[in-house]
Amino acid sequence: MSKTDFGPSIKSRPVYGVLSPRPGSSHLIVANGEGGAAVEALFAQAPEMKAKAHLIYIPGANGTDMSTAMAALGAGQYNRAPTYASVRSRIVKVLGDGHMGLQVYATGTESLMGQVQRDAMEAGLPHDAVQTEHRGSLARRVQCVHCKGITENVTTDPFVCSHCGLNLFVRDHYSRRLAAFQGVNIDAEDPGEVPPAEERFK
Amino acid sequence: MSVGAAKIPVVVTEVVEVNSLIKRFRFVREDGGQMPGFSGGAHTVVEMDDAGTRRLNPYSLMSDPGDRSGYEISVRRDDTGRGGSAYMHREVRPGMKMLISPPVNLFGLDLRAKKHLMIAGGIGITPFLAQMAQLDAMGARFELHYAARDRELGAYMPELSARYGDRVHRYYDAEGQAIDLTTLLAGQPLGTHLYVCGPKGMIGWVLKTAADLGWPAGAVHSEEFLAPPVGVPFTVELAVSGKTITVGAAQSLLEAIEAAGVDAPYLCRGGACGQCETHVIACEGEIEHNDHWLTDDQKAGCRHIMPCVSRFKGAKLVLER
Amino acid sequence: MSLDDFFHDETFFGDYTFKNSPRAIKRFPFPFPEDDYMYSVNMEPHVPGRPGSVFEHTFDVDEHYVAEMRDRARVLRDDPLRCQSLPHMTLAGWDLLELIMESFARDYPQWFSLTKNGNQWHWINRPLNIDQKFTFLDESTLPYGPMEYITRQAQGDFTLQDQRNDNLWIEAGMVTTQADWSLDFDIGMSFHEWHAPVPKAHEMGVFDRALKFLLQLQHGAPVRRFNWTMTVDPLLDTSPENYPKWGPGKTTLTKENIGQRQHLRVELQTLFRLPRSNAIAFPIRCYLCSFEDLVTQPKWARRLHRVVRDLPDELATYKGFIRNRPLMVDYLSQFDDGAPTSPGWWPDE
Repeated sequence: MSKTDFGPSIKSRPVYGVLSPRPGSSHLIVANGEGGAAVEALFAQAPEMKAKAHLIYIPGANGTDMSTAMAALGAGQYNRAPTYASVRSRIVKVLGDGHMGLQVYATGTESLMGQVQRDAMEAGLPHDAVQTEHRGSLARRVQCVHCKGITENVTTDPFVCSHCGLNLFVRDHYSRRLAAFQGVNIDAEDPGEVPPAEERFK
Repeated sequence: MSVGAAKIPVVVTEVVEVNSLIKRFRFVREDGGQMPGFSGGAHTVVEMDDAGTRRLNPYSLMSDPGDRSGYEISVRRDDTGRGGSAYMHREVRPGMKMLISPPVNLFGLDLRAKKHLMIAGGIGITPFLAQMAQLDAMGARFELHYAARDRELGAYMPELSARYGDRVHRYYDAEGQAIDLTTLLAGQPLGTHLYVCGPKGMIGWVLKTAADLGWPAGAVHSEEFLAPPVGVPFTVELAVSGKTITVGAAQSLLEAIEAAGVDAPYLCRGGACGQCETHVIACEGEIEHNDHWLTDDQKAGCRHIMPCVSRFKGAKLVLER
Repeated sequence: MSLDDFFHDETFFGDYTFKNSPRAIKRFPFPFPEDDYMYSVNMEPHVPGRPGSVFEHTFDVDEHYVAEMRDRARVLRDDPLRCQSLPHMTLAGWDLLELIMESFARDYPQWFSLTKNGNQWHWINRPLNIDQKFTFLDESTLPYGPMEYITRQAQGDFTLQDQRNDNLWIEAGMVTTQADWSLDFDIGMSFHEWHAPVPKAHEMGVFDRALKFLLQLQHGAPVRRFNWTMTVDPLLDTSPENYPKWGPGKTTLTKENIGQRQHLRVELQTLFRLPRSNAIAFPIRCYLCSFEDLVTQPKWARRLHRVVRDLPDELATYKGFIRNRPLMVDYLSQFDDGAPTSPGWWPDE
């Protein structure tokens, strides 16, 4: 049962769970922001997995930084990265070198979990093999359906596409392949008539 | 009746004794046309008229999917079964006309796989023969681990090694050879898909080992050739058609329903696909669930039955047919 | 009749010269068998239908064929992402190519021919002036991947769905005549996921039943159903990608131009099991008819008025015409005297 209540939504909206230790040859854990707390809880359940764990932690865009605590957890490998984009090549290499039996855990924002899942899928893991637990910010990655650009950290609805400048409303329709929600032009029929931006994804 | 397209009238052109337990049969279309193409892992349902008893048995297509001139199946003789395989071995001759279904695939390849790892036991080799031919033609990466009781019963082993070389690993129980499953599974690169087909016990062992090693369920695929077991005769009321039928010891419930002239949907005839699922209106006794389709709750609940493989013991069974 | 006489030279964009001939109007697949409308699975076997109708043949090639293929090429030049195929779906693309080529050559031998010598195939498409020799299953012998190659020569959108884990996954498609959904966004989704935005239907169990049915769809036993929506101007490319360009068109409808500009847009959807890949092909064939042409059939005029008037708000909103519904009802009411309509959707003779 997810700790965060996202409310009722459509069938393509991702649903997250709770991290739990699974048998495996090694464990790749990627967390951001408040997700550090889920990692602490995971290791508390199964301290023996720490030795085979590769933990990657990214401070949250909202300022939450649990790096010190993460470094002290005792994972076999630990890395602190400033952003997902910066650590992506490392993650892709670990997945590429991995064997079946590698367990993947992602916890923190939807944006982080979505990108880990996307990269795990590209490496050949079934999408539901990645364990997820939502913690912290509800900010979204949103793809503008018009210019295809993805805007990170979207907290308001509507918002302005950071690539092409169109006013977009945010749908719950989600693509695992792109690891993004869909944004659609809100004032196409009545240009300029844009409702005030509401902070829906804090 | 089968959900879907019409049966294919065929002529048997070859019957080959592969070993003491296995015969291979080749079918070509009676009208001389091409067979439908198929995907590796598919099976066909062969219709038999065994002295008035109509049987329909599914058999994996073992021939190359790229060869549309005919289909080939291999049948292992089971002397303790209902008699379908015995019929095939005893009665089917070259020149005989038969009816087979268009191919149906419940054991398909996941073509996204970076590598396909196949584990076969005994007659379970048959779907892999078609799949390897398909993968080889596509240039995809695969590996086969094939166990049989002994060299005599290791059908097609030499041919497979000759054709696919190092990708084929052979194990003979009688010579004390066994698959080192843990090592094998632990060493596979991320993105490998695992396929297993063979006796129930082997499938169970492979699935459990894979799960214990942390393989995700979505990367593990299995097919068990479930034949309807022989049992004790029982009586069934068909509420919708208003008939009461007796299911013979060597007859499946589905076959008995069909013999009574009542149409019932089916597809795989092996308890795996869900098509023949039938609602139970009344049940005084115990349903012997032999299928892989119903959930544990459904099996405990006595409101559902899969007539292709399951049986009943008790005073009364009423079905919605 | 020469090719030029039969196939129109018309546009679905810009100056919108598209027009249905009287024959095309009479065979238009009017999608309402009754005076009201709600979702259903409503699939029936795709067997040869009434001669002259849109489902007489496996695929319908009509007077708009050449012009539609020209429009498709235009859309793809602007946006190549409208045609995508995940790598493992190439085999399904070959299955689709075989299905379309064999069907076209069999049903329209005056326009298409296919000769095979083992895997060496020779395809001739006279209306599009194509003469292509290639090796079946070898992509390097065609100018595009197999799915793209053949769907550039077949009307309507196409999606290919892989069957895995008791589900269907949309993993390849040619989508240039869509009713407002994005292939680029949806590719990779499961059956329920890509249908997620449709209101009401999920609660009604429509998609659960449809999926269960499709999972056991067999080769040689295709099915068909209809879907419908509304479009202003005979614009085929009503994609979300281009919504900022075509959205404003909805706001300039008037009493005077609605008959000519408002179109009923019907999709003939067919579903085929493909043999070598075990995938499902889902062609979505699009037909357009203006209101002023539709109302020439009195039964259709009465019925369309009633359907549009009584449709739940949620559906009218989802289908994108809630804004213009009052104008539409107003226009259509002129043609509805309240008389009963005969069941079924064929026009009365």
